[in-house]
Amino acid sequence: MGYFTIIVLLGILYLLFSNTLKAFVSIPASSFFNIYWNPSAHGEPSYGLLQLLWSSVLVTVVAMAIAIPLGVGVAVFLSEIASRRLRGIIKPIIEILAGVPSVAIGFIGIVLIGPFIAKTFGLSNGFNALNGAILLAFMSLPTIVSVSEDALRSVPQSFREASYALGGNKWVSILKVVLPAAGSGIIAACILGFGRAIGETMTVLMVTGNATAMPDSLFDPVRTLTATIAIELGEVPFDSPHYYALFVLGLLLFIISLFINFLSEWVASKFRYKI
Amino acid sequence: MSIANKKITAFLGLQSLVLCTLIVLAFIFMVLFDIFYKGIGVLSWDFIFNIPRKGMTEGGIYPALAGTVMVTIITAVFSIPVGVAAAVYLNEYAKENMLTKILRASIRNLAGVPSIIYGLFGVALFVEALHLGSSVVSSGLTLGLMTLPYIITSTEEALRSVPHSHREGALALGATKWEAIKTIVLPSAIPGITTGSILGLSRAAGETAPILFTGVTFYLRFPPDTLNSEFMALPYHLYILATQHHAIEQVRPLAYGTALVLLLLIIILNIIAFIIRKKYTKELVK
Repeated sequence: MGYFTIIVLLGILYLLFSNTLKAFVSIPASSFFNIYWNPSAHGEPSYGLLQLLWSSVLVTVVAMAIAIPLGVGVAVFLSEIASRRLRGIIKPIIEILAGVPSVAIGFIGIVLIGPFIAKTFGLSNGFNALNGAILLAFMSLPTIVSVSEDALRSVPQSFREASYALGGNKWVSILKVVLPAAGSGIIAACILGFGRAIGETMTVLMVTGNATAMPDSLFDPVRTLTATIAIELGEVPFDSPHYYALFVLGLLLFIISLFINFLSEWVASKFRYKI
Repeated sequence: MSIANKKITAFLGLQSLVLCTLIVLAFIFMVLFDIFYKGIGVLSWDFIFNIPRKGMTEGGIYPALAGTVMVTIITAVFSIPVGVAAAVYLNEYAKENMLTKILRASIRNLAGVPSIIYGLFGVALFVEALHLGSSVVSSGLTLGLMTLPYIITSTEEALRSVPHSHREGALALGATKWEAIKTIVLPSAIPGITTGSILGLSRAAGETAPILFTGVTFYLRFPPDTLNSEFMALPYHLYILATQHHAIEQVRPLAYGTALVLLLLIIILNIIAFIIRKKYTKELVK
C-alpha cells in the first residue's frame, strides 16, 4: 500500500512524459525555445514558451523580493522578540492566511489590490504583474515564516547568551549570531516559498491580465505557465498538438517543482551544524 | 560606531521587525474584514439554499455548495483509507532502507507539486485514460491524490507519537502485530489522524485548479445526481462571478457572498480540527 505514492509520482511523470513525447511528434522540439506562444494562430501556430517562463519567473522573483524580507522579519519577531503569549496569538492568524483558498486571494486582488495599483500609478486598470506579485508574496508568506521560525528556534540559547556576554545587544546578536546560525534553514524556507509561488495558478490567472506578450515592466499584463495551462486546457481539442503542448508546460513546471524541493532539502541538510 | 549610534540602530532594527509583523497582520485583517463586511449582507438562508437565477445575477449558491460538499466526500472516501494505510505501512512495517527513503522523499515531493499539475494529471488519467469523463468522481479522485501526501504525513506523525511501550504491551499479551496495530496503535492515533484529514480536506475543498478540467461546470440548477455528472463548486463559482461573468459589477455582492461562505466553510473545518487537537493534547497531559 505504501508504494501507492511512489506509483502516483511515477504515474504523473509517465503521463506527463508520454503526453509530452506526443507533442514532440508533431511539433519540433526547437520551436519551444522560441519566444512567442500562440498555438491557436491560423496557418503557423507557434509554441515558444520563453515568454511564459519569463513571465512566471518575473512575477515570482518580485513576489519573493516582497515576501522574503517580510517573512524573515516576522519569523525573527516571533522567535526572538514576541512573548510566548503573543506568539500563540500571531501564529494561528498567519496559519489562517495559509488556509485561505487561492481564488479568495485572487478575488481580493481584483477588488482591492487592482484598483489600488491603478489609482497609485495612474493606470487604466490594475491587472498586471505587480498585482500578481503582491498576492503571491502574501500566499508564500506562511511557508517562509513557519519554516524560518523553526530554523531560528533551533539555534541553541547559548549562542545568544555568548553574544550578550561579549557585549552585543539584542539587534547585533540577531544580525551577527542568530541569523547566520539559522541561515541554511532560512534559505531553505525561501526556496520553498519560491516553489509555492511559481506553481500558484488561480491567483495569477485572476489578476495578471493574461496577455501573451513579453512584459517590459511590472505594469504590463503577463501570462504565466500555470495560467496558460488553466486557460487553454479547457479550450483545446483532445489529442491535438496544442493539447500535448500544454503537457510540455506541465512537465516543465513539474521539473521546476521537483528541483526546488530537492534544492531546499539539500540546502537544509548540507549546511546544518556547520557554524 | 558610538554607543548612541549602536542604540539607535538596535532600536530601528527591532522596530522594523515589529513593522514587518504589523504589515502581514494588516494584510490578513484586510482580506478577512473586506470579505466579511461586504459578504455578510448577502448571506441568508435563501442565498445558501436557493439555485442561481437570471443568468446568475440573482438567487443563491445551493448547487455550488452541494457540489463542493459532494466532491470533498469523494476525496475523503478515497484519500483517507489509502493515506492511512500507506502511513501504517511506512511507520509500522517498512524497514529503514533505501526504498523507504525514496518513498518518503517522493511523498514530500508530491506535497510540493503545484495543484495545476494534478489537474493535468487528472485529465490524462481519470478523464481520458480511465474514461471517467468530466465528472464529480474524476474531480474527487484528482483532489484525493493531491490530499494524499498531506494525510500520509499527518498520520505518520500521529502514529509516531504512540509510545513504543503500548505496542510492546500488546505484543507481550500475545497479540499479533496487526492486532496490536488495530486495537492499540490506531485507536490512540485517531485524534491526530482526524485532525490531519480535516485540514487536508479543507485545503481540497478550496482548490480550483485541479477541478477546472476534471468535472466542474459553471452553471447547473441542481447538485450532481450521479457520480458521473458534472458539478458546480464554490471556488469555481467565485472564480466565474469574479472574472467571467457578463455583468461583473452587478454580481459583485454575490461574489462576496460566495467568498464568505467558502471562507466560513474552511474556517469551520479548521476550528473543528483545532478543537480535536486541543482536547487530545489535554487528555495526554492528564
